[in-house]
Amino acid sequence: MIMHGWGRYPAVDAEVFAPKTTRELKERIGIPNAGGYTPRGLGRSYGDSSLGEHMVASRWLNHLLEFDRQTGVLHCEAGMPLGEILEVFVPQGWFLPVTPGTQFVTIGGAIASDVHGKNHHVAGCFSDHVDSVDLLLDADRVVRCSPVENPGLFRATCGGMGLTGMILGAAIRLQPIHNAFIDQTTWKATNLEESLGLFADHESSPYSVAWIDCISSGDALGRSLLMTGDHAREGDLRIGRKNRISLPLDMPSQLLNRYSIKAFNTLYYNRIREESVSHHVHYEPFFYPLDSIGDWNRMYGKQGFTQYQFVVPKDTGYRAMSAILKTIVDSGKGSFLAVLKAFGKQNRNLLSFPMEGYTLALDFKIEPDLFPLLDRLDAMVLDHGGRIYLTKDARMSKETFRRCYPAWEQFQSVRHEHGVNGRFLSRQSIRLGLD
Amino acid sequence: MQNILIIGATSAIAEATARLFAAKRANLFLLGRNEERLAAISTDLKIRGASSVESARFDANDLESHQGILDRAQSTLGSFDVVLIAHGTLGDQKSCESSVENTIQELQTNAISTIALLTRLGNMLEQQRHGTLGVISSVAGDRGRPSNYVYGTAKSAVTTFCDGLRARLYKSGVHVLTIKPGMVETPMTAGMDLPKALLARPEQIAADIALAIERKSDVLYTPWFWRFIMAGIVHLPEKLFKTLEL
Repeated sequence: MIMHGWGRYPAVDAEVFAPKTTRELKERIGIPNAGGYTPRGLGRSYGDSSLGEHMVASRWLNHLLEFDRQTGVLHCEAGMPLGEILEVFVPQGWFLPVTPGTQFVTIGGAIASDVHGKNHHVAGCFSDHVDSVDLLLDADRVVRCSPVENPGLFRATCGGMGLTGMILGAAIRLQPIHNAFIDQTTWKATNLEESLGLFADHESSPYSVAWIDCISSGDALGRSLLMTGDHAREGDLRIGRKNRISLPLDMPSQLLNRYSIKAFNTLYYNRIREESVSHHVHYEPFFYPLDSIGDWNRMYGKQGFTQYQFVVPKDTGYRAMSAILKTIVDSGKGSFLAVLKAFGKQNRNLLSFPMEGYTLALDFKIEPDLFPLLDRLDAMVLDHGGRIYLTKDARMSKETFRRCYPAWEQFQSVRHEHGVNGRFLSRQSIRLGLD
Repeated sequence: MQNILIIGATSAIAEATARLFAAKRANLFLLGRNEERLAAISTDLKIRGASSVESARFDANDLESHQGILDRAQSTLGSFDVVLIAHGTLGDQKSCESSVENTIQELQTNAISTIALLTRLGNMLEQQRHGTLGVISSVAGDRGRPSNYVYGTAKSAVTTFCDGLRARLYKSGVHVLTIKPGMVETPMTAGMDLPKALLARPEQIAADIALAIERKSDVLYTPWFWRFIMAGIVHLPEKLFKTLEL
């Protein structure tokens, strides 16, 4: 079966096994194979993190196991999509503690990528709200790990890209809400310095993210719209709408060129005329603006795309970000919009992406001369002490990875200690020397 | 609160439908073969909001056991507002072609056991004079195709049986819904090379079923476009049809 990640690049011919029960899963993992097993959730990592010769899908391991109505601690199986958690628990007054920009990821995937959201600067990563993880190491070995129980394995598993075993389930702490709405304010920044300044001005706001223009240069380099938000005071506990529109086929990739993108950026930026505008919005458009367009990844055409997301430390933030952004603008390859966010403190997980500083994420459609540009960006990110997000990556080199994630050796020794190296692999892990 | 009996409750479509009922605080009674999975599904449905969930082990092919279990379900629930019959197997057509035993086994599981259940449940619902009997048949029953005509034969029998039963029970205020899913992504179809564009998720099928029960539809093709695909297939002249690899 031809499989790919969300970026539709690269594609591999893989066997996909979707066990109905943990028992079936254990039986299968007990059969050794040279290519190892690759855990797969909803396939929303962009590159090759969830690709391998033998993929194990958590599709049917999607049951709720226990819920404490007093504390909000939810124990569920790894294949549970975040969107389904919202559907069940928003009406009961609970929300995800941290959510990425799509609700179509599983709990297992959220932990393996240690995802972050618009509240990273105050709430940290997803794993900061995980009480425990149940991990399958081998056919007959399931261990529970948490910050106090098998902490080494926990620190490797959160952000560990599924390379420490197959996550079976987890206990996460939901946050109480009074309604399903967000009081959102949009602020306008005319250049990069103002954009970064706005994050500092609004650091007490629980949610913040900026959509940044990647086409404008000169004085307007880094102009953006910053969205801040907080759970609203008023509103009811309704869940989102189910109806979505979908892209039924691959768009011709020529549709996205520097003129169409420039036009879009200009329109988007100018949709707000005042310095700031406030709205009362449902959580769905606030957190998941792109979820309303099914299969939006087909927008970039048949060849697919990659998302490039990096972070640079706070102290060199402005200098690094403006140099990198300028390189992107000059290349003329930037996507519609890029997402800019100020991160809070780094956690203790070995391969988690966020560090205190600024992160930028943007899409590039796959074309032959893209890769040299990305290599140049890698070098700039590394020079400034930053790193690149594994969940989005499809192409970084082993050397780049090792400089991004100096704890990789410790990560490998945890895998060896628990005997999971060689058993859990991915196309990405092999490329990065994590075999 | 609705009282709902689901037979074959561990099937992907049944489970997805049960989740919708649970969200509406229904009382559920689940029957299935695998007790471990029934237990996991029961816990899940309770957290999702079901007012009560009971379950029992059930072997569709043990026809003698049916009445006892149905009586137990009825006394637990009080009455049946909705019964969903969802058990079944997607046998190996190739192995059926060379084995009378396998063919009869397929017909037994997918037709005879369902018809036995419908006979008993039809009478039970006729007596209580209300309720919906939803039966998962298949588009495969609309015309025998070389790729799965044994399964198709069984489903065709179920569809025909439901047509008659519907007309009979209509006078008693009982609603019979024939559900004809097209290709669905389930553990039952895993490993089959199915065209992705036509493949529906069990959650979509479940939403259609819930709506059809509410609207008291008679025959549901789900997703909707299968009504047109099957109309095309049914009307192909036999001379042409027999030459196709469908």
